[in-house]
Amino acid sequence: MTEIFSIALIWSTIRLSTPLILAALGGMFSERSGVINIALEGMMLAGAFAAASVTHAVGNPFVGVLAGMAAGLVIALIHAVACINYKADQVVTGTAINILMIGMPAFLSGAFFLSSGSTPQIPKENLIALTPMAIAFVLILITLATWYALYKTPFGLRLRSVGENPEAADAAGVRVARMRYVGVLLSGVLAGVAGAYISIGQSSLFTRNMTSGRGFIALAALIFGKWRPVQTMLACLLFGLTEAVTIQMQGVVKLPSGEDIPVQFIHMVPYLLTIIVLAGFIGSSRPPKAIGIPYQKER
Amino acid sequence: MLELRNITKRFGAVLANDKVNIVVKPGTIHAIVGENGAGKSTAMRIAYGFYKADEGEILVDGKVHDIGTPHDAIAVGIGMVHQHFMLVDTMTVAENIVLGAEPGSGIALDFAKADVEIRRLSEEFKLAVNPHAVIEHLSVGQQQRVELLKALYRHARLLILDEPTAVLTPQEVEEFFSILRRMREQGKTVVIITHKLTEVLAISDEVTVMRDGRVVGRLQTKATNAAELARLMVGREVLLRVEKTPAKTGNAELSVRNLSVTDRGGANSVKDVSFEVRKGEILGIAGVEGNGQTELMEALAGLLSPSQLSGEIRVEDRDITREGARLRRELGIAHIPEDRHRRGLLLEFDLAENSILGVHYRHPIVAYAGTFLDNGAIRRRAVEIIEGFDVRPANPDLPARALSGGNQQKLIIGREFKVDPKLLLVSQPTRGVDIGAIEFIHRKLVGLRDSGCAVLLVSAELEEVTSLSDRLLIIHEGRIVGEVDPRVATIAEIGLLMTRGH
Repeated sequence: MTEIFSIALIWSTIRLSTPLILAALGGMFSERSGVINIALEGMMLAGAFAAASVTHAVGNPFVGVLAGMAAGLVIALIHAVACINYKADQVVTGTAINILMIGMPAFLSGAFFLSSGSTPQIPKENLIALTPMAIAFVLILITLATWYALYKTPFGLRLRSVGENPEAADAAGVRVARMRYVGVLLSGVLAGVAGAYISIGQSSLFTRNMTSGRGFIALAALIFGKWRPVQTMLACLLFGLTEAVTIQMQGVVKLPSGEDIPVQFIHMVPYLLTIIVLAGFIGSSRPPKAIGIPYQKER
Repeated sequence: MLELRNITKRFGAVLANDKVNIVVKPGTIHAIVGENGAGKSTAMRIAYGFYKADEGEILVDGKVHDIGTPHDAIAVGIGMVHQHFMLVDTMTVAENIVLGAEPGSGIALDFAKADVEIRRLSEEFKLAVNPHAVIEHLSVGQQQRVELLKALYRHARLLILDEPTAVLTPQEVEEFFSILRRMREQGKTVVIITHKLTEVLAISDEVTVMRDGRVVGRLQTKATNAAELARLMVGREVLLRVEKTPAKTGNAELSVRNLSVTDRGGANSVKDVSFEVRKGEILGIAGVEGNGQTELMEALAGLLSPSQLSGEIRVEDRDITREGARLRRELGIAHIPEDRHRRGLLLEFDLAENSILGVHYRHPIVAYAGTFLDNGAIRRRAVEIIEGFDVRPANPDLPARALSGGNQQKLIIGREFKVDPKLLLVSQPTRGVDIGAIEFIHRKLVGLRDSGCAVLLVSAELEEVTSLSDRLLIIHEGRIVGEVDPRVATIAEIGLLMTRGH
């Protein structure tokens, strides 16, 4: 067992938690404003694909990250227009975006790179060298910044009020639609960065559907963390740790008969944990009251 | 101070305001009265920028202003306290007050500064409230103070209050009125929307009466009386008192012994309650809302899980504590719920379908060997209810949503009366119902009691429970804290029991 629990596990946990934390904090801005963001997954995929493609083309990973943010923003804009202006069902819109973002990169990579869903490999010198320490530092900074923005600024007060009781916010002179737009767009930017991290931080290219459900795990962490920044970060770390452990377990933990546990089973663990956590804790977690309900002024 | 000139507003085909002219003089308390749907709230919501008028103009201090959003209204010194409070439950008092007008820079909220200002205003207007308390932990009276502070914090010179006393106890109403008088002394102008005539006469300087979207009267309060106001509001003479003969009571129909109800949270909302309702009497339960009335009625109607109940509920001689709603109905219990939208109607279903809820599985609604609904029978039943209870428009094919609150209520009452109940459980029978319909509903309830039915009545309207009931229990924090004779007890006496509990 000591082979599993080591300092390497901590670094690995941080690496694997990073996209979850970024996406979950993004989701928090959206959901606190009252817009369900099931499209985190799609926004991450868009960010991952755009970051890898642009880094490959330009040779500069920082430009790539910006491209990832921009891609997340564009997808978020679609979500915002549909949900806020046209009062579409937020879950359906989000699902549509997720499905679209499975197909879109495959289509574009066919057009740009003559491949079936992946971008070409990016050489190592064109990637950002990330040390776990630096990542940890940035994550803590972003979490604290989110906390401050949410609880200590007029912006945060308005954002939360719009998600809890948009009529009250409106009566107090807060522009509901504008606040919701900002919330959703911020979630797109952060999810875009999360995606960029997956494609050009953890890896060196984009592969088809490479986020493999992390957007949903981030959403689960957001619920588990009761829509609060620090708790959500801790929830992401828990999911990251689980993923890290499962990676280390491969080939190490064996069945009593001496055979390896099939790797597919080990891969199930983080998803199983998500289900268990959500089933067990969702009752005690209180979502923003107006979440999922479009704001209609005159009735 | 404020003048609405020829305001017209349509919602679809409905003309909510038809060339409405209202003049509010500075430094006065101005009452706007009218039945539901008369257009009072609409007119004031237009003044506050919540709605946009189709025609007409708004003048503030003699100048025309284009008020398109609450933001604009706040800027010219208009504040509004809505009937349903516009507060964010999970936030603190201070957060709610400053929301949208935050002190400090754009990046940092200056709560210290907000605190100082809020304390200053609470002192000045005697609106005591703790700025750090979370809204959902406050009583409605305290929440109302927060709403007033919110408007004052935004430097409102004119306060529009929409049905402000609907949620208050008699003591709180007195206190609230003294707050309003203090505001008038400090030079504020107050507009109070209400349909309670006693309050109009008690607090206002001037009255504007509305009916069917039009202004039908402008009066000096000193020069008018309740009968005149009621006649203007309804458009005909109205009987304001309930007329009834002494009750001829029989045996106990319902007996409740040591009943307690446990909430999902584990707290007891009804605590060790015992009482009887006899045939031919109306037993009233008075209390501030949220003191266990809802849970008590749901427990009696069979809408709670038996695991939440302890004690005993007997109808005639049968213990029904663990029985479900269907069996209770079959034993002759009818229920008029407090929330007609949640428990009483399927809003998207038509009147005919709504009129058979509760008997939908029985003969004669189900015919042909118990397999099909008999449309003819359904329509006949619906038409009988609609005619018997004067439901308008009298069209069984309309969805329930299309009816006004009063007509929805008449439909429910008609449906429940139709089963010839032995015991009627009725909560807030006239909430949101017009004066004309209230008179009708009261007469029907008394008629049912005279025919020998046992009636258990819960109402937040003290005047209603005292005038209808033959005996009156007072509930406080889930306990029955006293019984009074409604013919002799004073409102003040009952109010004291409601708030203090002894």
